[in-house]
Order: sequence, then C-alpha cells, then structure tokens
Amino acid sequence: MAKVFIYPATSLILSDLVARFGHKPLGAALGIRERIQTAGIDSPPLQITPEEPKRGLKYAAVEVPSGVRGRMAIYGPLIEEAEAAVIVTDADLAFGCMGCARTDELILFSLRQSGIPILELKYPTNEDEGVQFVAAIKTFLASLPKEGEA
Amino acid sequence: MAGYTPDYVGTVTKYVFVESPSMTPGELALRAYEASEGVLIKETCFGLQVTGEPEAVDHLIAEIRTFDPTHIFVKDRGFPPGDPRRCRANLGGARPGYLGHEREFRILRYITHGLEEVERRGEEAGVPDAAPAREKKPLLDIKRLQELIDTEES
Repeated sequence: MAKVFIYPATSLILSDLVARFGHKPLGAALGIRERIQTAGIDSPPLQITPEEPKRGLKYAAVEVPSGVRGRMAIYGPLIEEAEAAVIVTDADLAFGCMGCARTDELILFSLRQSGIPILELKYPTNEDEGVQFVAAIKTFLASLPKEGEA
Repeated sequence: MAGYTPDYVGTVTKYVFVESPSMTPGELALRAYEASEGVLIKETCFGLQVTGEPEAVDHLIAEIRTFDPTHIFVKDRGFPPGDPRRCRANLGGARPGYLGHEREFRILRYITHGLEEVERRGEEAGVPDAAPAREKKPLLDIKRLQELIDTEES
C-alpha cells in the first residue's frame, strides 16, 4: 500500500478512489486530526498554534508569510511522507484567500520537486471523461508498489 | 490561555457519501447500524459520519461499500461529529467544507459511470483515448445582438 498525496487535499473523489484501489490517501484531514486529538493550548478552530509557523520554516523561507508557513506545517510532513501524488489541475473548489493560494502553489511546487510519481488530471465534465478519469487513476495506482513490495 | 483536552482521542472519523438512485442516507444508516459493532454513526443529509477505533471503522467501511459499490464514496474527516468548532448547529450556515463537497457531489455521477465502465471492461483495458474536445459555442455576435434588440423594440 503506497501513501498517495491528493490535491486538492480535501477532495472526496480523489480520497475515495485512492482508498478504493488499495492505497492510503494523504489529505488535509490527517494533519487536522492529529492536531485536534493532541492536548495543549486551546487554539480554535483548527488547533493551529503559534508553533506551526515555526515548524513551517522547514518548507518555506522566513520571509514567507506566517499563514503560508502555518499551512505548510500541516501539508509539509504529508508531502515528505508521500510516495506518489494525484493532482487535479482545474480544481476550482481549492480556491481560497491569498494564504491558501500561495500554499497551494508551494504544495504543487514541492510535489513536482520531490521526484515522486505524479498523475495530473482534470475533473471530468461528462461520462466519457469520467471513464478516462477513473481508468487513469486506476492504472497509475496499479503501477505503485503494493504492501510488502516496497 | 485555556488548556485544551481533546475528545475521541485515537479514533478516526470518516464521511460516507451516498449518491444512489436506489439508496437514501436513511436506508444506508439503518444498514450501517446493523453492521456497526460499536462504531458511532451519525446520519447526515448526504450520507453518514462514522467514528471509532481505526480497525472497526475500516471494517465497517468495507461492509458499507458492498451495499452499493459504485454509488458510495468515503473520505477522512479531521473533526469528530458534532464538534462545536465545525458543527453548523453552533455556527449557523453551511459547515466549513460543505461547499467543496457540494461541488464534487455534482461530478460523482461521472465517477460512478467511470467505475462501472472500468469494471465492465476488466483488468486488461487501458486508459481510453481522450474524448474529442467539445465544440465551443460561438459567442453572440454584436451585430446579431443589435438585430435582436431592434426586433424587440419594433
């Protein structure tokens, strides 16, 4: 079972397809869950504490805004852990404030720099594209090492 | 600064979305309860949220997927159900993240079709060729627009 980073990191479709075809999807929920389930200082709504931008220094320079570094503290470890990635390039649902937009750019840059196998797709807009979308993901995931092979 | 003591430590929460012509979230919840074995299940308008020990949740999810494999979709959730920081009962309006789900929900029928077709074609079928690009509808010509306005006015 390979660990596959999904972008958008909150995608239902990608998360489902990766899990359905036998691999582990790495999405935002895993990073958020880790923080929500760790005791410490109350820092609602996402338990992002002032420590996160410091941890984000590993992934972004000090002059990068703390919002981006804080977000990278969630995504950075997941990208490091990832053995492959599936990216949807026209995901309009991944829009957000400038912090989200810059973080998204940094996530995509980091993934492409990491050298792991990457599949880039667009969301289907009809049934034929749906078949192509699913088949492409299935073929890509089948080429990744299964449990015990790595 | 107040201390923070988390609830549901060590559990996982997953969303189950059902987009099926033959199964409602209510029916899915009833069948999931039968197979739940101690997993916390919350019915929602789009499906379920299930919370529990990772192994128990994985077992339940595997069971739930068999009910309608190509119409049931699952993803992880960071927060437990009813968390006051996320639950719309406390916040009002749509839950943060709901709009993203709504956006992808519209595409699920294409994914369902893709899953059915890929399964039908079997293992040896590769990735089909890209469908020909759809012809773009020409924009309304400015002269034609003027004609329409003139016709309407006369």
